[in-house]
Amino acid sequence: MLKALKLEPEKCTGCLQCEMACSFENTGAFNPAKSRIKVFTFHDEGRFAPYTCTQCDEAWCMHACPVEAIVLNMATGSKDVLSDVCVGCKVCTIACPFGTVNYEADSGKVVKCDLCGGDPWCAKACPTGAITYVAADDTGMERMRAWAQQAPREAGAHANPPKAKEVQVFNVPQQGGL
Amino acid sequence: MSWTGKVLRVNLTEGTCKAEPLNMEWAQQYLGQRGLATKYLVEETDPKVDPLSPENKMIMTTGPLTGTMASTGGRYSVVTKSPLTNCIACSNSGGFIGAEIKTAGWDMIIYEGKSPKPVYLYLEDDTAELRPADHLWGKSVWDTHEILHKENQDPELKIACVGRAAEKGNLYAAIVNDMHRAAGRSGVGTVMASKNLKALACRGTRGVGNFKDPMRFMQATEEAKKVLADHAVTGQGLPTYGTQVLMNVINEMGAMPTRNMREVQFEGAHKISGEAMHEPRASDHQPNLSTNGACFGCTIACGRISTIDPQHFTVKDRPEYQKASGGLEYEAAWALGSNTGVDDMDALTYANFLCNEDGMDPISFGATVSAAMELYEMGVITTEHTGGLEIPFGSAEALVKLAELTAKGEGFGQEIGLGSRRLAEKYGHPDISMTVKSQEFPAYDPRGIQGMGLAYATSNRGACHLRGYTVSSEVLGIPEKTDPLSTDGKAELVKAFQDATAAVDSAGLCVFTTFAWGMDDIAPQIDAACEGDWTTEKLLEVGERIWNMERDYNLKAGMTAADDTLPKRLRKDAAKVGPAEGRVNDLDVMLPKYYEVRGWTPTGELTPETRARLGL
Amino acid sequence: MRHVIIGAGPAGVVAAETLRKLDPDSNVTMLSHEPEPPYSRMAIPYYLVEQVGEQGTWLRKGDGYFENNGITVRTGVKAEGLDTQAKQVKLAGGDTVPYDKLLIATGSHPIVPPLPGVDREGVHTCWTLEDSRHIIERAKEGSRVVLIGAGFIGCIILESLVMRKTRLTVIEQQNRMVPRMMDDRAGGLIKKWCQDKGVTVHTSTTVESIDEGGDGHPLAVRMDNGESAQADLVIVCVGVKANTAFLEGSGVKADQGILVDRHLQTSVEDVYAAGDVAQGLDFNTGEYTVQAIQPTAADHGRLAANNMAGYPLKHQGSVNMNVLDTLGLISTSFGMWMGVDGGDSAELYDGDRFRYINLQFKDDVLVGGSSLGMTDHVGVMRGLIQSKVRLGKWKERLKNDPTRIMEAYIACTQAIGHNARVLSA
Repeated sequence: MLKALKLEPEKCTGCLQCEMACSFENTGAFNPAKSRIKVFTFHDEGRFAPYTCTQCDEAWCMHACPVEAIVLNMATGSKDVLSDVCVGCKVCTIACPFGTVNYEADSGKVVKCDLCGGDPWCAKACPTGAITYVAADDTGMERMRAWAQQAPREAGAHANPPKAKEVQVFNVPQQGGL
Repeated sequence: MSWTGKVLRVNLTEGTCKAEPLNMEWAQQYLGQRGLATKYLVEETDPKVDPLSPENKMIMTTGPLTGTMASTGGRYSVVTKSPLTNCIACSNSGGFIGAEIKTAGWDMIIYEGKSPKPVYLYLEDDTAELRPADHLWGKSVWDTHEILHKENQDPELKIACVGRAAEKGNLYAAIVNDMHRAAGRSGVGTVMASKNLKALACRGTRGVGNFKDPMRFMQATEEAKKVLADHAVTGQGLPTYGTQVLMNVINEMGAMPTRNMREVQFEGAHKISGEAMHEPRASDHQPNLSTNGACFGCTIACGRISTIDPQHFTVKDRPEYQKASGGLEYEAAWALGSNTGVDDMDALTYANFLCNEDGMDPISFGATVSAAMELYEMGVITTEHTGGLEIPFGSAEALVKLAELTAKGEGFGQEIGLGSRRLAEKYGHPDISMTVKSQEFPAYDPRGIQGMGLAYATSNRGACHLRGYTVSSEVLGIPEKTDPLSTDGKAELVKAFQDATAAVDSAGLCVFTTFAWGMDDIAPQIDAACEGDWTTEKLLEVGERIWNMERDYNLKAGMTAADDTLPKRLRKDAAKVGPAEGRVNDLDVMLPKYYEVRGWTPTGELTPETRARLGL
Repeated sequence: MRHVIIGAGPAGVVAAETLRKLDPDSNVTMLSHEPEPPYSRMAIPYYLVEQVGEQGTWLRKGDGYFENNGITVRTGVKAEGLDTQAKQVKLAGGDTVPYDKLLIATGSHPIVPPLPGVDREGVHTCWTLEDSRHIIERAKEGSRVVLIGAGFIGCIILESLVMRKTRLTVIEQQNRMVPRMMDDRAGGLIKKWCQDKGVTVHTSTTVESIDEGGDGHPLAVRMDNGESAQADLVIVCVGVKANTAFLEGSGVKADQGILVDRHLQTSVEDVYAAGDVAQGLDFNTGEYTVQAIQPTAADHGRLAANNMAGYPLKHQGSVNMNVLDTLGLISTSFGMWMGVDGGDSAELYDGDRFRYINLQFKDDVLVGGSSLGMTDHVGVMRGLIQSKVRLGKWKERLKNDPTRIMEAYIACTQAIGHNARVLSA
């Protein structure tokens, strides 16, 4: 059974331990600017929201890549950037409708969450349980899946965000077909 | 290393920004942040300097653990000479800018001179530019944040700036970062504004790395985080109630300074407590508290994010104040609340918002308002002075109006901006100023907590709870319980807390961790990160060295043993109620002993032996 | 079932893979008129600076990838005609390839304007690996290069030419660089940026002829402003045109590109079109246009294959979008970046620091956007446009500070804590 990152914004305090863990794992230094998970602070509302790649089925980034530098990790379901193949054309950064593939000028490559190969450091570092790595059959999964599929949608249809959704589960397993 | 090894020197007179290497020899002796920056200040400035002159310097400084995964490792300090106290000032703040400075690759920023025109420092990794800030001058902290984010098109930019209070010469103006975290005490913001420096806008993408032993560091910080999580105070009390967890506790024990410290218990404490912040209000069924929020890297998350009742008179029809922002911490709730006799939580939250919005220390502000209220009740200050405003104790309207005036430096607010000592002297009643070395007291009445009296009297930055928080021992029993009403052993206790705190403040960590952490929890984290051999013993020695260096600076600045005292009220007027009924603070008993354990002369000066022992 | 795909660009390859997956028992054949294995034109700029070798441009890297996946790739074969009655593709040389379902993914070719001297030696387009090899040969350090056209293609190779240390002159007929992707302000900033980096840029300038040069430079490009630029190499990047010529007489209707329906089927049954050659549905305008961009090609390929394999899928339209890195200045544009009638916009502009963001709204829905100097979370502009999220109060916030776009997206689409309605209301 594939596992997924489960993000529960209501538990987040905005401490950025996840961003530090992510950047440490991926760059060897504590560097939130290079984290692949990002906590958004809604100052005026007093809310915090950790956010990263959903490892969506649609894999916009993967399909848009002109040089096959983004590949499906069969073990985890993540879409991984092969940085030695990536030429830095950035097409995936505009193709991802979730805004979770970013270009890094230093390396000239794009980066995105790869679930740390199945042992995500953000989840291990989160002190409040706002980020957990759980079996993808969590009850929240279908709702998250609904979100992943809302972009793109039938032309003319309006977004109808689920109200008061309690949890958000990323990384829906491959269902086969398209 | 876990120092970046780089200092940014900003000469505001010349308009130059230059990088220089950090003095690593000093880093081994003073660790970082508070200790190391003070060393730089001591070496580079005359202690007798006029704090608001170009010759004074101001240092924004991080610690070796700032910007790391060590829990609470996001602190930074501002070190300068205080215009409020004429002593050393070192104000510590959380939020996110400390880590950002470090991530940009800098251990500290030394500001010297004075810019001919308002400027702000833009710092992005190795790019440092002084940019015109004429358009920011006269703007609040909050507006400055918004403008800088927009004009740099970078929502991630971290900002520390002064508000209108500092620009108008308020002597306890703060430097506010990340909207509502502040280097709050001793008027460090006033110094910043005196240099025509409006803001630091910082963005770091370099990262903090190069640890002595990265894996051991991860392990040590992991273990230490678990200690915080498992402790009742840091794992439950602080996240749930913030520092406001103390309001009812301290009130119960008769150590709640009330109405300018005339009384020791406040009848309205329960209305402004941490518990009360959780209660839904009638108008919109929302509690005052929206959420707790963490500073950078903090796994405690004691910060309060609050909203004001939209129907409250302070914010009705003013949507800009109906948003969530930094809520009441215990010190603010006390200073704005029980010390002014106001028990209207929304009014306190509003006044607290204004302190953040325009950069004022809410402790000094609330305490100065309290002094003004007492002078008003004495008939010394009248509505003629206040511009028609009646300011009796307990008046939320008075508190709010004075906050508005003081934040902008208008009318009678200019006088409130002088601080309690100068205000009381101006009106001929210096005795009603509740200050040590001209700095206002925090929220623990030393008649009910004896050790705190000594801690206040000997604090190097004037009355302050964060220089030796014996409350931890005397009230909470951490690390072990001592009798708050006894003076026995308090000299040693105060010294131990002062030294340990100086070390923690120099590491880049938050002093609140010490509710759960002993030095044995902290030393391994520093040792895994930093070059050198960082044992508990060495940290305590560094702490003691820092304390003595600060003391020495103050003495050279003109302070004497006569300044190690408490207002007469606390030494002569006994508490009237509560467990401390009949008690005054017995400073006279504790102080000589303290000098002795410090290795100082009976007149409070460092002996040659002490200097030699500490390498000063 | 015989699926035949003409063209081996991204649309063709994605379609072939999709067909393989959805219709495992079918034959899938790809015809490519170029000799190389399927490669990506998007990677050419990186090939030009030798950051990648030819293999680095290949769309699929694995040894024998296509064979192993049961996809027959025939390289070096050019389709010359199509018999939709007999269901046969006619190849140059007389061979025919029969099909049951056909996908035309022949892409486009660079337009060569009828300029005097355009056929001189040393004048090249930049479209194929073959072109690139010629360019690499001539674009040596210190050589003079004139780039005619500062559109998207011109701009993506501009950086390569500068990195090859050539002395570069760019000539653009329109009043700004990348005129079809960027507005005046952004296009102007890109021009200034290039000039600051030592590139000579002429905008609102037309090339009159390519003459014989002097001073050791074989070519001279004469402009209508009276100036002339010496050149060792002239690169013509004035646009592309769909490869539809071979469809003459086939009954497959074409305009700017091949006309397709919502299922990407052409006017002839069992014949589909995808990618640069297809005049597909534009998400924003509801009109059918040739977008000629990589993500759209991939979308088309996948959709067409679904329909070919008997899994009807309707095209919802593709959002036009582009990303460009001009000597380190990164720009993006999405959808109706130029705005729509009755809409309004938000903008921040900092010319000194080359930062710009512009958002275009219709009511409280984002319909377009462009940015300069922004690399984080840019894709969210696509997300907001394509999901037509109603921004509610966030529209006003974005009008005040458009850089808060990612926050707006999260607030409007994800429940943030227990108080989500506060955010999205």
